[in-house]
Amino acid sequence: MAPFLVEAAIKSLILVLLLLTGFAYLTLAERKLIADFQARIGPNRAGPYGLLQPLADAVKLFFKEDFIPEYADRVLFVLAPLITLIPTLLIFAVIPFGPELTLFGYRTRLQLTDVHVGVLYIVAVTSISVYGITLAGWASNNKYALLGGIRASAQMISYELAMGLAIVSVVLTTGTLQVSGIVEAQRNGWLIFLQPVAAVIFFITGLAEIKRAPFDLVEAEQELTAGYLTEYSSMKFALFFMSEYVKMIGFGALMTTFFLGGYLGPFVDLYPGLGVVYFTLKVGFLIFVLIWLRATLPRIRYDQLMSLGWKVLLPLSLANVMGTAVVVALTA
Amino acid sequence: MAIREGEVQEFTLEQLKHLVSERALRGETVLLNVGPQHPSTHGVLRLLVELDGETIVSVVPDIGYLHTGIEKHCESKTYTKIIPLTDRIDYLSPMSNNLAYVMAVEKLMGVEVPLRAQYIRVILTELQRIASHLVWLGTHALDIAAMSVFLYCFRERELILDIFEMVSGQRMMVSYFRVGGLWRDVPEGFEEAVRAFLKLMPARINEYERLLKRNPLWLQRTKGVGVISPEDAIAWGVTGPSLRGSGVNYDVRKAQPYSSYDHFEFDVPLGENGDVYDRFMVRIEEMRQSLRIIDQALRRLPRGPYITPDRKVTPPPKEELAWSMEALIHHFKFWTEGFSPPPGEVYHAVESPRGEFGVYINSDGSPRPRRVHFRAPSFVNLQALPIMAKGGLVADLVAIIGSIDIVLGEIDR
Repeated sequence: MAPFLVEAAIKSLILVLLLLTGFAYLTLAERKLIADFQARIGPNRAGPYGLLQPLADAVKLFFKEDFIPEYADRVLFVLAPLITLIPTLLIFAVIPFGPELTLFGYRTRLQLTDVHVGVLYIVAVTSISVYGITLAGWASNNKYALLGGIRASAQMISYELAMGLAIVSVVLTTGTLQVSGIVEAQRNGWLIFLQPVAAVIFFITGLAEIKRAPFDLVEAEQELTAGYLTEYSSMKFALFFMSEYVKMIGFGALMTTFFLGGYLGPFVDLYPGLGVVYFTLKVGFLIFVLIWLRATLPRIRYDQLMSLGWKVLLPLSLANVMGTAVVVALTA
Repeated sequence: MAIREGEVQEFTLEQLKHLVSERALRGETVLLNVGPQHPSTHGVLRLLVELDGETIVSVVPDIGYLHTGIEKHCESKTYTKIIPLTDRIDYLSPMSNNLAYVMAVEKLMGVEVPLRAQYIRVILTELQRIASHLVWLGTHALDIAAMSVFLYCFRERELILDIFEMVSGQRMMVSYFRVGGLWRDVPEGFEEAVRAFLKLMPARINEYERLLKRNPLWLQRTKGVGVISPEDAIAWGVTGPSLRGSGVNYDVRKAQPYSSYDHFEFDVPLGENGDVYDRFMVRIEEMRQSLRIIDQALRRLPRGPYITPDRKVTPPPKEELAWSMEALIHHFKFWTEGFSPPPGEVYHAVESPRGEFGVYINSDGSPRPRRVHFRAPSFVNLQALPIMAKGGLVADLVAIIGSIDIVLGEIDR
């Protein structure tokens, strides 16, 4: 087998394993943190400090009845969780976790593949996962799920344009579509300082993209019982749940890569291994902010999200792209 | 069509079609069944919601899923033994229910209540108001997904429940008030516990307010949502904070002062627009006013008996039974037969946390009432829901239900 393939296989394996453990412990971290915000204790029964809680949850979900409603569209109903989960995992293929380094005498980059149009790839792949949610809502043949599915598609249209334009500003500033190139371009300063407006827009639309509070209208349990998830149980539910948390990590990773200098930090050239530490810390901080927001903010309303997307974020991001273009053209 | 007793009235689908619009019958709008098992209907309320997209065309509340038969049950109990039933009507404010009921019986029998008992009743019902408003604030915020507020509110409510446990032995189903006074005097340490609560609470109320009052997302979700005009509110018989949110100054504590409420100074907070936000602000401010009342009552709490010496409604003291044959007979008759108010009817209302909670008793002179009716504010206020919700969105519906602050136990009785 070609060494290239062996390398890719090993990297994918490590990546998937890391993401799955990361997801499991992220659920625990979220529950623990939210408990702290709410003056509670949080899970503490399964293992010391509740450390075995994710395991217990997985076992529980595994033994639940895998129920498919009689009038559901069976094919789509089964496919929908996969359509949501797989694209979220695919994003990580192009994210650089660290700089080039030598491992066991083998020079490699801590990135699965460094596509030349990595940014385009990210934008394309992230949009796919919304279809899973919309289809789940439709296939369940349940009114609550349908409302959740409709909300998902309306939400996607409202924020994706602004998000795309925020990324365009990044691409314009760094002059490359290669993800590693964007990180390397931030050696002289993180993009969050050069492109603060784009960073804010990316953060807000990113929240909407991953459907985290205050934009979690799609599953809004107080309004739609559980939205698109209403009819899902057992491992199909677990897949949706997994994709939701992997999306959180993915959002943190993208935000870090685009605006917070990715793996860059002091002494990273001397000790390339530090890059992974910096990257993890930055992503961890962003995830903490996500959890913090969820514990604090009320949910935005359906029509208000759309007017925010169309009337505020879109013009703002357009203006930002124009401004960036002018500055880039003048300084080039 | 008159319904005879014991007869179950059945409806055909044809007879129910008037509940929804023509468009729903043609399939142009969606009929959504919300509840009775739904996270935000605050109990087992069922709503038939007609939706055009996410816009609400109409809402039809359907109640009866928590029917307990309390009113009917009262007819087979002696007057004293009805008190525990009243706890379970509005299970978030048992003190107010107790008060309304015992005061109605006192009115019927012309019993004088000692001042100390009146003041303690005021302290406890105002604590109850705060406890009830805390549950309301927590669940209302949770409905709009500000979930941390929920746990903060329940943390503080726990302090009040501790005080209730101290005086009555029960956290929720207190049954503490008796016809003519109280079950027994407040125990040692009661005043200190209430003082400690008074000291802690203002800062906590400010905290909740800071979390929500100027939060732009909260304002977007509550301002201008679920508006009801003062005229509509009065026409539908809405009372309590839901009425005062529309700017109508009606509070039973001021309009028909009872249990010495006229001895205390307090303001009646009023809203202006009658929207969810105004009802929210009215209740937050009411908690502060309740603290004011409790503070005054506690400062001026008189010494003296905690229950009337009138032997008609009070059992003789335990120690008398050892030497007095008459007392022993009276004790036996009091607990087995009960006391008999004169024939007649009476209505007494108190300001419960949800509005005007009234008790109507019809007595035929026997030890058991002929008919007891409770005017439940949640039941009446819920009627205004279709008006408030019309034209809103699904997300508004849960905000509005939260802002009316219903308790299903009270609606179905």
